[in-house]
Amino acid sequence: MADAASFARPRWDVLAAVGAGGALGSLARYGLSVALPHSPGRFALSTFATNVSGCLLIGVLMALLSATADPHRLLRPFLGVGILGGYTTFSTYATDTLDLVTNGRPFTGLAYASGTVAAALVAVYAGHEITRAVRK
Amino acid sequence: MTVLLVALGGGLGAILRFLTDLRVRAWRGAAFPWGTLTVNIVGSAILGVLTGWALHGGQPDGVRALLAIGFCGGLTTFSTFGYETLRLFTEKTRARAVLNVGVTMVAGIGAAAAGLLLAAAVWH
Repeated sequence: MADAASFARPRWDVLAAVGAGGALGSLARYGLSVALPHSPGRFALSTFATNVSGCLLIGVLMALLSATADPHRLLRPFLGVGILGGYTTFSTYATDTLDLVTNGRPFTGLAYASGTVAAALVAVYAGHEITRAVRK
Repeated sequence: MTVLLVALGGGLGAILRFLTDLRVRAWRGAAFPWGTLTVNIVGSAILGVLTGWALHGGQPDGVRALLAIGFCGGLTTFSTFGYETLRLFTEKTRARAVLNVGVTMVAGIGAAAAGLLLAAAVWH
């Protein structure tokens, strides 16, 4: 998601922004998983909610950044790559799916795997388009 | 302590994701999101091993906080995967958008399964 031309040689402040954002986003994801726990073999509601809400927010963020004439150069590394990248997770989505399948619920696993992707893509589109419409 | 380890792992994972994406982009170009695909596959494989370790052996809580929740969560991303798929779709490369979704799902979940099986063999 980084722009190769502008980030060909990342400066230390860009890396610090990505790292700080990643730490904060991961804490938010962890907090939501503690607030919405799920038993083994059950639908992972917190991971689903994290990934769908993170996709909605990246759609909003990218629409805002592209509508801003000269956004601060650390905004995208901090908010997009860092916070939202650290907040959302693909690895837990993958192991959540396997957890359902290995606990004898393959159809729930399939529904979780495809339902997360479908909801996430709708969310990123909705976040992007609604933000663009509101900004006009 | 758990909170600090999650933050540390998440920060390091995000930095590694960013650097990996830059390196892969410089190598493969930006026509297809290979960088995000790479971190999502690698992170899923690592989390598969860690999950298998937690299921079959006594995994310390600190390892789970630092590596499973923090590092693997920070290394992998759903938001960038979603945004890049939307970009491919709206830039009239819809076949690539569909390919990105299919390959990411199959390879990512497959990598996690491979990690889980490897861990089951090691810690059975």
